[in-house]
Amino acid sequence: MSLDEFFVTGDPMIFASQIAIGLTMVGLIALITYLKRWKWLWSEWFTTVDHKKIGIMYILAGVLMFFRGGVDGLLMKAQTSRPEMGILDAQHYDEIFTTHGVIMILFMAMPLLIGIMNVVVPLQIGARDVAFPKLNALSFWLFFVAAMLFNISFVIGGSPDAGWTSYFPLAGKEFTPGVGNNYYAISLQIAGIGTLATGINFVVTIIKMRAPGMSWMKMPIFVWTTFITSIIIVAAFPIFTVALLYMTLDRLFGTHFFTVAAGGDPMLWLNLFWLWGHPEVYIVVLPAFGMFSEVIATFARKNLYGYKSMVYAVAGIAFLSMLVWVHHFYTMGNSATVNSIFSLTTMMIAIPTGVKIFNWLFTLRKGRIEFSTSMLWALAFIPCFTIGGVTGVMLAMAAADYQYHNTMFLVAHFHYVLIPGVVFAVFAGLYYWWPKMFGFKLNEKIGKWHFWLFVIGFNLTFMPMFFVGLDGMSRRMYTYAESTGWGAWLGFSAVGSLIMAAGFAALVYNIYWSFRYASRKVGNDPWNARTLEWATASPAPHYNFAKVPEVDRLDDFWYKKKKGETGLKKSDLKPVHMPSNSWTPIVLAAAFGVVGFFLVFEWFTLAIIASVGIVVGLVANTFDYDDGYHIPVDELEEEEREWRGDLK
Amino acid sequence: MTSHTTTPLEYKTQQSQMNILGFWIFLGAEIVLFSTLFASYFVLEHNIAGGPAGGDIFVLKDVLIETFLLLTSSFTSGLAIHAMRNHDKKGLLIWMIATLLLGAGFLYMEINEFLHFIHEGATIQTSGFTAALFTLLGTHGAHVTFGIVWISLLLVQLVRRGITEKTSSKLFIASLYWHFLDVVWIFIFTFVYLKGMVM
Amino acid sequence: MKAMKKLVYILTLLFIPIFLAGCESKLLVFDPKGPIARSLTDLIVYSISFMLVIVIVIFVLFSYIVWKYRARKDDGDFEPKEEKGNHWLEITWFTIPVIIVIALMIPTTKTIYEVEDIPQGYEEEEPLVIHVTSADWKWIFSYPEQNIETVNYINIPADHPVQFKMTSAGTMQSFWVPELGGQKYTMANMQTNLFLVADKPGSFYGRNTSFNGRGYAHMEFEVQAQTQDDFNEWVNDVKTTAIDLTEDKYAEILEPGNLGRMTFNKTHLEWVNHAHGGSEKYIDSELYEISHDDEEHEEESEDTDEQIEESNTEVEEDTSDSTDADHSHH
Repeated sequence: MSLDEFFVTGDPMIFASQIAIGLTMVGLIALITYLKRWKWLWSEWFTTVDHKKIGIMYILAGVLMFFRGGVDGLLMKAQTSRPEMGILDAQHYDEIFTTHGVIMILFMAMPLLIGIMNVVVPLQIGARDVAFPKLNALSFWLFFVAAMLFNISFVIGGSPDAGWTSYFPLAGKEFTPGVGNNYYAISLQIAGIGTLATGINFVVTIIKMRAPGMSWMKMPIFVWTTFITSIIIVAAFPIFTVALLYMTLDRLFGTHFFTVAAGGDPMLWLNLFWLWGHPEVYIVVLPAFGMFSEVIATFARKNLYGYKSMVYAVAGIAFLSMLVWVHHFYTMGNSATVNSIFSLTTMMIAIPTGVKIFNWLFTLRKGRIEFSTSMLWALAFIPCFTIGGVTGVMLAMAAADYQYHNTMFLVAHFHYVLIPGVVFAVFAGLYYWWPKMFGFKLNEKIGKWHFWLFVIGFNLTFMPMFFVGLDGMSRRMYTYAESTGWGAWLGFSAVGSLIMAAGFAALVYNIYWSFRYASRKVGNDPWNARTLEWATASPAPHYNFAKVPEVDRLDDFWYKKKKGETGLKKSDLKPVHMPSNSWTPIVLAAAFGVVGFFLVFEWFTLAIIASVGIVVGLVANTFDYDDGYHIPVDELEEEEREWRGDLK
Repeated sequence: MTSHTTTPLEYKTQQSQMNILGFWIFLGAEIVLFSTLFASYFVLEHNIAGGPAGGDIFVLKDVLIETFLLLTSSFTSGLAIHAMRNHDKKGLLIWMIATLLLGAGFLYMEINEFLHFIHEGATIQTSGFTAALFTLLGTHGAHVTFGIVWISLLLVQLVRRGITEKTSSKLFIASLYWHFLDVVWIFIFTFVYLKGMVM
Repeated sequence: MKAMKKLVYILTLLFIPIFLAGCESKLLVFDPKGPIARSLTDLIVYSISFMLVIVIVIFVLFSYIVWKYRARKDDGDFEPKEEKGNHWLEITWFTIPVIIVIALMIPTTKTIYEVEDIPQGYEEEEPLVIHVTSADWKWIFSYPEQNIETVNYINIPADHPVQFKMTSAGTMQSFWVPELGGQKYTMANMQTNLFLVADKPGSFYGRNTSFNGRGYAHMEFEVQAQTQDDFNEWVNDVKTTAIDLTEDKYAEILEPGNLGRMTFNKTHLEWVNHAHGGSEKYIDSELYEISHDDEEHEEESEDTDEQIEESNTEVEEDTSDSTDADHSHH
């Protein structure tokens, strides 16, 4: 392979990004060296096993990926804003919608949600960390390495170009011979291992590490949604692991799982992909539901209406999510009976979802609704998501779907589900839990600009897509003729996307502004909230709770707060056991990344040599008998006094 | 945490309990993984594309030996854990080494079997059927290989540290893993080999 | 905040004309030109009416609640009462969606079965059989009885059932003529079936909706419904004037690229039916190599131009204007 095949060449836009990426890297390294921050980075962040720091790193990476995926989206909108546009050619457009989809789902939505889960869940159940802190760090670094590996495809070797669904036979070597789709198979495999580990970690954490007295039905709703999400992860991700393994074997080793020739079956890929892919949608949506529930209850100043039915609804949705995958290909020529059955299971998801919507509305009813930025996101979610939901029911009806399938109507629908359902939730969650992570609030005024621009832009962008879809425009078309009459709709949509981008810029500015100027005196409970994470300092100390709280009922903190029972007695303090930092996760993940990179280019000898790194990491890990350390009582006392004043 | 005399050593600390629970959940994920491999195998089983079918290449005798080796190794790993519960370090070591040797024997047979398949003209690239067959068997074989290396490393720790709360929970988890591989093999034996030779 | 409200206002105003423009001319899916498409449209309109009610109820409830229970400056230390939930209410909003699902499920199932078969009133007629072979990135149509083959367009008799037997020569595609009926995938080594009927003569837009690579956006075709007489005449014309399809020519057509329209005597079914395998010998992965080099792209597009010119000479009779005009119903 010659060098000009290795680097993507010939396109001025990509060339500019190559230079920009190179300069940014050099600049960052220089800056860190100049500030003498390497040691700090290594010992405080890269080797950390603290769930809060890991969560923050997830969130940072997620926001970064949001930017990358967003730029992809803007380019697509620019290219289709008018008929016969010439900004991107077909190949570029194909690459960009592929990376947009993969990044937004797997490298934006997942890390942002898992990041918030990481920060919040141990605090909400009154634990000191997750069950397996080191594994948690490994999960993060595997995700991060996978995201980086996926992103360098842009400048080295070429991006995947078979859609985020990567349907075979198109994604096979015969039809897409470059390395692009190798990147897809291998980077998602690495990310998937990390996610599976996260799932296992949270299941065990929630089963085993709840504060004394917190029985199942006394858990905060966000913990419930995280728990059920983690179970879906454990049940669904191995399917994707196998599908990606087959894909890798087909592309790298010439097997015939999904090929047209020699007895392969491309439809096997579709089934395996959606057996994972549909639950994946609920993996990102269910924790979001949990966050909305917390935010709505807090700012309506009321407890969550119908808590138990909410739990059952989430469990019901999770169960049904495994039984609907065929609705992604009603048009495959299945028998009428099969399509009818899957129409029914799909529509049944509307039932628990409807229950949730009404429970949220009734939580608001008779409340005292405060329009904080966080609450605005939760409120905007209800109408926007309703549109996504009802169009989902329309799509669920197989016969009608013959007219919507693969059209812009479908694209509009899933953006109306995923943006209100996930992105709004992440924003709500960030504004809400920001003080717990960093000890200061995000600015409310800039936050409202962020909110209005984003929500208006979102509706303007995606509403027109319903109509062009019904007018026969299929998805993933890089261009269209003037005579179609779609230009006006899509022009509007493009303007909307710019407004949405302005909203995102407002968020970034808000983070910058608040970091510099926001008041550092937020107190432990700035929103007058209900759950345990607000019982400890903001930002939460590394040991979370000086004394593990005891719980008598749901929203225990709310009632203790009213009775003034949240104080801490000096005599309650005992040394706290904490896990030590570890270098194995980051090194192990890096080795995975290097092996992955070599595999992408089918340099097998190098891959085998590099996989020694993985073996060394694993061996080092099994011989690691580090038992962690104890924080002495004086240190606890000092830190607690800082925000509580005097101890009793 | 609790120190009832009835609590086995490997369950003594909370971290051990969590490790064991976590491993059970991991085995749940492994069940999904192997189920997917089996399901794909059933889909592709008859897509032989002019190449050999299962009945043409399977050798019953070899498969029976493999099955015997692996089932016995599962039994010996059970004896090892029994010895561990009796704080019998020597017994634990001996039975675990027996397990490892039986596992290695299984691997040797399996590699031979693969060579035989290739000799008969069934490589992983031959057809949809061979791809699914090699991947299913190969994934199981890779698990066995991993298990052998892992348990060997644990035995080194055992020799150095003796039977402690930590080493015991590690070995207990490894034995769970080993039993699981045995169960998977029973399914492979039934649904790949027997079915392939009968049909 | 004031500026923001203004912005909202202006944007709303801007949005209105575009909705009106959309309603003026009918959207394709709401403009069925055949019985199959009509039953789909009926189902869609039926479901939309339900959905509108749901949306309106939720929006009204939501606005009312958010407005009525907003925090006010003068409500002092008002502390909302805790509510546990109410079994009857919860059962109610569990039951209502159940009823809606049942109400939607019955016509859905009916329609699913209905569109699988020859539409009502046409059962007696022997359908015209057309084999559809989709390839990268063109549509190949074979008329086995008439023994003719076309590329990127089909002529069919109006008011007469047509049975499409569909397969693919490689990647997966989806065959869709929105004004005549719903879509279905075409897959190599498999055959899918679709019945369509056009009420009256006319020209209909058809395309692939399943992404399959660089040429996907242009993978369109036209369905021209004619009177039975016109159709027979066209068949005769083709048989007397069009050149024979050869195996070499067919292999050339299957090479990846966009093509214009073509018409041939004979069909490729004589030597290969992709529904039963045999596609692999036509697939040459080198032709799918990509390069980000701009020059090469230009070369490629020149190639396509040439092919289109070439093909035009082969099209003996072109019944309509051009593929671009297919979607000119507005």
